Amino acid sequence: MSVEAKLGPVGQIPLGEGRAFLVGDEPVAVFRPRSGGLYALRAICPHRGGPLADGLTDGEVVMCPLHHHQFALADGTCRTGADDVAAYRATEEDGELVVRLG
Amino acid sequence: MTQIAERPETEQTTPPRSRLVVVGNGMSGARALEEILARGGGDRFAITVFGDEPYGNYNRILLSEVLANAAGSVVDNEDADDEIYLNPLDWYADNGITLHAGVRIVRIDRHAKVVLGDDGSVTPYDTLVLATGSRSFFPPMEGMWASRTALTRGVFGFRSLDDATSMLAHVKDHRTAVVIGGGLLGLEAAAGLQAHGVAVHVVHPTEVLMNQQLEAEASKVLRSKLQDRGMHMHLGVKTSEILTENGSVSGVRFTDGSDLACDMVVVTAGIRPNIGLAMVSGLETQRAIVVDDKMRSVDDDDIYVVGECAQHRGEVYGVVGPLWEQAAVLADVVTGADPDAEYHGSRLATKLKVAGVDVAQMGVKTPERSSDEFVQFSETGRGVYQTVVIRDGTLIGATLVGDVSKVAALTQAFDSRSALPEERIQLLFDLGSADDSSAVADLPDDTQICNCNGVSKGDLIACVEHGAESVSACTAQTRAGKGCGSCKGLVKEVVEAALGGAGAEDPADSYYVPGIPLDKPTLMREIRARELKSVSAVFAALAPEGREHVGSKMGLTALLRMMWPDDVVDERDGRFINDRVHANIQRDGTFSVVPRMSGGVTSPEQLRRIADVAEKHEIPMVKLTGGQRIDLLGVPKEKLQEVWADLDMPSGWAYGKSFRTVKTCVGTDFCRFGLGDSTQLGIDLEERYKGVEGPAKMKLAVSGCPRNCAESMVKDVGLVAVEGGEWQIYVGGAAGATIRKGDILATVDSHEEAIRLTGRFLQYYREHANWLERTYDFVPRMGLEYLQAVIVDDTEGIAAELDARMQETVDRYSDPWAADQQERTPGQFHDALPLVPLPQVPVR
Repeated sequence: MSVEAKLGPVGQIPLGEGRAFLVGDEPVAVFRPRSGGLYALRAICPHRGGPLADGLTDGEVVMCPLHHHQFALADGTCRTGADDVAAYRATEEDGELVVRLG
Repeated sequence: MTQIAERPETEQTTPPRSRLVVVGNGMSGARALEEILARGGGDRFAITVFGDEPYGNYNRILLSEVLANAAGSVVDNEDADDEIYLNPLDWYADNGITLHAGVRIVRIDRHAKVVLGDDGSVTPYDTLVLATGSRSFFPPMEGMWASRTALTRGVFGFRSLDDATSMLAHVKDHRTAVVIGGGLLGLEAAAGLQAHGVAVHVVHPTEVLMNQQLEAEASKVLRSKLQDRGMHMHLGVKTSEILTENGSVSGVRFTDGSDLACDMVVVTAGIRPNIGLAMVSGLETQRAIVVDDKMRSVDDDDIYVVGECAQHRGEVYGVVGPLWEQAAVLADVVTGADPDAEYHGSRLATKLKVAGVDVAQMGVKTPERSSDEFVQFSETGRGVYQTVVIRDGTLIGATLVGDVSKVAALTQAFDSRSALPEERIQLLFDLGSADDSSAVADLPDDTQICNCNGVSKGDLIACVEHGAESVSACTAQTRAGKGCGSCKGLVKEVVEAALGGAGAEDPADSYYVPGIPLDKPTLMREIRARELKSVSAVFAALAPEGREHVGSKMGLTALLRMMWPDDVVDERDGRFINDRVHANIQRDGTFSVVPRMSGGVTSPEQLRRIADVAEKHEIPMVKLTGGQRIDLLGVPKEKLQEVWADLDMPSGWAYGKSFRTVKTCVGTDFCRFGLGDSTQLGIDLEERYKGVEGPAKMKLAVSGCPRNCAESMVKDVGLVAVEGGEWQIYVGGAAGATIRKGDILATVDSHEEAIRLTGRFLQYYREHANWLERTYDFVPRMGLEYLQAVIVDDTEGIAAELDARMQETVDRYSDPWAADQQERTPGQFHDALPLVPLPQVPVR
């Protein structure tokens, strides 16, 4: 089952930060690195439930604000020994943010 | 004289199992039996045990505890569960052992191979074990004995359960006890009696208490500790007579003619091995029964001897350690489990508590040869005395009184004769972050190194085995050292050892932040030269390939805000979430709100407002912080602006790597001890330096007198008022993950000077400390004298510049809560976890 959601203008995510959205029932954190691109991960850290959308990011990873576990933006792989997090596809279509699950 | 008694009937009907007879049912007899049974001796032997005390065997070491306990609890010998009994009576039956408790063996007929009991019994043996132990020595003295066998009423030995229980019965209505003999046993008896509220006097013939174990200095420390606990000492005197009245003890007389009134005397003047049985039976005895290396009597291959009645290579042992070793060898030989087993003597190590004072002793007490090394530490005020004796690089003796925390390591070094640290004092102390790499190497792999993130030594080693080539790579992968940070040194040691020694110099260690390969001074020079005023500009100009690095952003943001107070480019993505929303993130994604309450002083009006806000917003927990403020916990991000507006109070910066709070005591306003107005000085400091950002948080305190109620000595900067209108300024203190007493930077005579020097120190710290380096690491790294020279004496001529730059920061201050009532970025206060129930923080 695939869900696709149009989430409004890309500009609602400040450059270099992340914001959280609900896509169907799934909380999704979308990131907009300064180096370009859009990335979507499940918004909840698999370690202790931290809010990934509040994390610091660079072009490659987001760092959970609670215990600093790092997850690759591209595929959700954890770089610091916790479980991986689900990764989704985020794109920009006509200035609008689109996220696809599944 | 020899009676020919009938043999027990069982002997005639059972097949000829070999007959093992044990004489003596104390600790060594019981231990020997257990060791024999453990080697299958139960099948091989028909075992008979004689004990002249009418109990199952019991743990003599616990006698002093029996004494210290309430009277009566152990008197009942039916109470087989009590832990003083090593083996209850059932144990003998269960193991098919015939126990004759209360029967004394009076002679061994070695030719007939039988033992003769005082009840007329005759018991044959094939193998005999003598474990007759020892007894109290009663020095010849007038008044000691009531008859040939009975002590005067009120006089006790301290050796058997009977002794202990009759003493217990006696102390109930007696007030003053004299203990004759200040050895180990005597002091234990004294402590036990004291626990019953009896006034205790210890009489010892030399100045050295416990002279078997301790040399004079150690003994002196022990003595003063015992005296502190109310024990009376009479040293260097002898008792000449026990005074009696109506057949009971009424006092003692010393050899100098003086008397001491008492109603109880305990004689602990030493022990004597019980060797009468061996002597009348024709076995070689000197101080005790002489044995060979197989624990056999030198006269008779069928008679073994164990414990305090055995003399091996000239030594007679009176403590349990050697006894265990002897019993094992004896059992090996007797059962044939290892016919070649040999006992070669024991190295003695004793660890005990005497009246609440820890004492440990092993090997020799003092150096014996001129080439022996002797390390000695004495802190008599605290009652601590420690020595080690080293010969040819090997530990041959150690004495610890008052603090025995190092006894495990010392015992190991003593037993294994292992290599010792070059700095011998490390045997007694952990010297700060000393590179004790041998200790790290000895840790088992499952030892947890990082207690915050649960990283074991094995995890770090696995990291290296999977290709990590530096400390920073290992910490990045495991997060070891990324919690409170107090384990960083240990992590470094483990990784460096795994990498193959100290060769692995990690240049990343010197970087201010890991993503930019420059140390702080170079980085600051580059930033200034290129006028880099945003985090993204720094990455673009100075990072490898201009690449951003997530773990470097916070540090760069803090550095740029310090360097360019006027015109830093505010990139919110360079900030940690706390600094984006001016609140501290909690485990459930909510935030805590701490308004400024300068100097910890508040008012009814302020408290009322806080209460109203807490009720209006249903704040789940309202709590006092350690920094004398009020914390509103569990505020959702989207409610922060509203809560700030309703509070109408400024931010307390309880979330930042910044100046946090100034804790104060009530100072001169109300305190009758106050020497300086600590409350006002604390308020002034906080009002001036509020929110100043730096490499790490800065917590301050001001105390109005040296009683130090505001805990100033363990703060990043702490001020203490002293007599004469002066303030001591402590820097580099800590009482968190690390505990460190601050160093006195200066003593000044005015509030103004105190405020100025505090600011100058903080500015110097901001400019020179590494990212996340607290003052407790910074001050020792720079060196106190250097800091005093630069900050107080201005030897580098930079004081005015430091003051000016701090003033600039102070002038540019704006309250972030007021400033961010307007959103700074889209969705700044949007919930980051929409509509999903999260792990809730339980609310009280």
